[in-house]
Amino acid sequence: MYKTKPLDHLILILGCLLMVTPVVVAFMTSTHEAAEIHSKGLMLSWGNHFEETYTSALTKKGGFTGEVTGARMLLNSFILGIGFALGKIVLSMLAAYAIVYFRFRFATLSFWVIFTTLLLPLEVRIVPSYQVMSNLHLLNSYTGLIVPLLASATGTFYFRQFFMSVPDELLEAARIDGAGPFRFFIDILLPISRTMIAAIFIIMFVYGWNQYLWPMLMTTDEGFYTLMRGIKSILQVWIGSQIPDYNEAFALAVLAVLPPVMLVVIFQRWFIKGLTESDK
Amino acid sequence: MARIEINQVSKVYSNGLTAVNSVSVDVADGEFIVLVGPSGCGKSTLLRMVAGLEDISKGEVKIGEKVVNKTDPADRDIAMVFQNYALYPHMTVYDNLAYGLKNRGTPKAEIASRVAEAARMLELEPYLERKPRALSGGQRQRVAMGRAIVRKPAAFLFDEPLSNLDAKLRVSMRGEIRKLQRRLGTTSIYVTHDQLEAMTLADRLVVLNAGGIEQIGSPLDIYHKPASTFVAGFIGSPAMNLLNATRGDGNWKVGDQTIAAAVANGEATATIGMRAEDLTIAAPGAGGFTMKLDYLEELGAQRLLHGMVDGQPLVVATALEDDFNGEINLAIDPKDVHYFAAATGKRIQHVAASS
Repeated sequence: MYKTKPLDHLILILGCLLMVTPVVVAFMTSTHEAAEIHSKGLMLSWGNHFEETYTSALTKKGGFTGEVTGARMLLNSFILGIGFALGKIVLSMLAAYAIVYFRFRFATLSFWVIFTTLLLPLEVRIVPSYQVMSNLHLLNSYTGLIVPLLASATGTFYFRQFFMSVPDELLEAARIDGAGPFRFFIDILLPISRTMIAAIFIIMFVYGWNQYLWPMLMTTDEGFYTLMRGIKSILQVWIGSQIPDYNEAFALAVLAVLPPVMLVVIFQRWFIKGLTESDK
Repeated sequence: MARIEINQVSKVYSNGLTAVNSVSVDVADGEFIVLVGPSGCGKSTLLRMVAGLEDISKGEVKIGEKVVNKTDPADRDIAMVFQNYALYPHMTVYDNLAYGLKNRGTPKAEIASRVAEAARMLELEPYLERKPRALSGGQRQRVAMGRAIVRKPAAFLFDEPLSNLDAKLRVSMRGEIRKLQRRLGTTSIYVTHDQLEAMTLADRLVVLNAGGIEQIGSPLDIYHKPASTFVAGFIGSPAMNLLNATRGDGNWKVGDQTIAAAVANGEATATIGMRAEDLTIAAPGAGGFTMKLDYLEELGAQRLLHGMVDGQPLVVATALEDDFNGEINLAIDPKDVHYFAAATGKRIQHVAASS
């Protein structure tokens, strides 16, 4: 067996520091006052303004209309993240189910057609997508924010691969047991896919949580602002000699990091299981 | 419980490949039929057509009095046991057993009593709350059997159910399946490539080769009167010795050695078959023919002597524990010699002179 040497620990510790330090600096800096940060730069020490900064970041009404609060933005980000994750899972599972189990003609072809869209980033089709949503009068709505991005090639691909690895006998046994296509999906396929669902959920939640360009384009109403846009807008208030609220921007950044981190920590066992092994 | 009629059933795949070619088998009520053959002979395809998991290209399958060609598997009143068990991994043993009944809208109380009965029969009672993952191979196999039993179907279909078990477990499970089938009296069709399993389980055997039936009969019938060289070589362990023989001086000869006397007229060449256990070791010079010994396999109760007769391999089973070396003198009762047409491999009668 390999015996761990001090040097190994050193490398690991350095690696940890490299990953963690920026987050710590962001958190520490957020507890100082804006003026202090402006004059002294980033901080590594505790600034004693933790409570007031975070309270104001979450509750202070800001933006041009002075209506939107940090809490509201947090909520919007959650709606976007969870909406994306759930919607994508439902859609891509159903798509993969059809592709794998219903042997219609051109199934493989249609799968690859879907899959090649993976190669096209959102930005390529962002203008036509905007046009469609605008014509449907869905600008400034959660539907408009979420629905156009729901079709997921990644999710469909993962579920397709997973379904293909499910032994055919399971389907046959279910058929003999009198389970139709719907029952088989609900009773058998859904439960055995749950680790896979957990993994996709995390990936898609983070994807939705981190959306920036699309929400910025789709929404002009500040009531739909997400955290990502909030951070940006705080730093945009250069009016006269006013100092931007650096502390609040950092606080929001820290808040923005927390939910995905917690999600990963909570689901990490399932996440790893879902990506590496299958429970069949 | 029902009779199953398989009437000139064929399976032709869309690429033109014929997997099963006009097969007819009539399975009597309560009978245990074993389909046996090498891999790729179409035995599983035939079973899957009876189950409804595979479309029937030609012919018809009747279960009971009903033609089921277009019937959904769930409505054919059959239960199937798969090679890899196909248990639902996320359900407990109880739910696995109950699932088929639940889907048919069986009342809860009846499900409970039927599952309890099957669990008792298969000694699964302590494991009802476990997931299949936490069971051994033999236990999983029993759950798969249980899933078939609780349904009380007209017929059981077994698709190589014992192939994934180790040798010892296979023997005991084989016994259990036989006992269970006797007790329940359910018509069964069982697919295997293992001739020993086939011999021990079957009321009647169906030997399949390349999509067609080679022979149907009771295990002993097939053992004693194989209809072709294929059956002769497939059923029985060790396989029957098959030697090319020619007619000379009124005898059947292999090389220049006489094996048995022949009738006056008939083919000039034939394939002769001799069971390893029908050959006896004779004293040197006592007539018969000689085999050059290659090597010896020790089986405990008996030993197998492998050798050559005129360059053709031959196996002899004997209980003698002598030291064998070099040449061995062999004899066989002429009535134990089987004859097959050299060209077609089909069994021929009356080529040996009665002695």
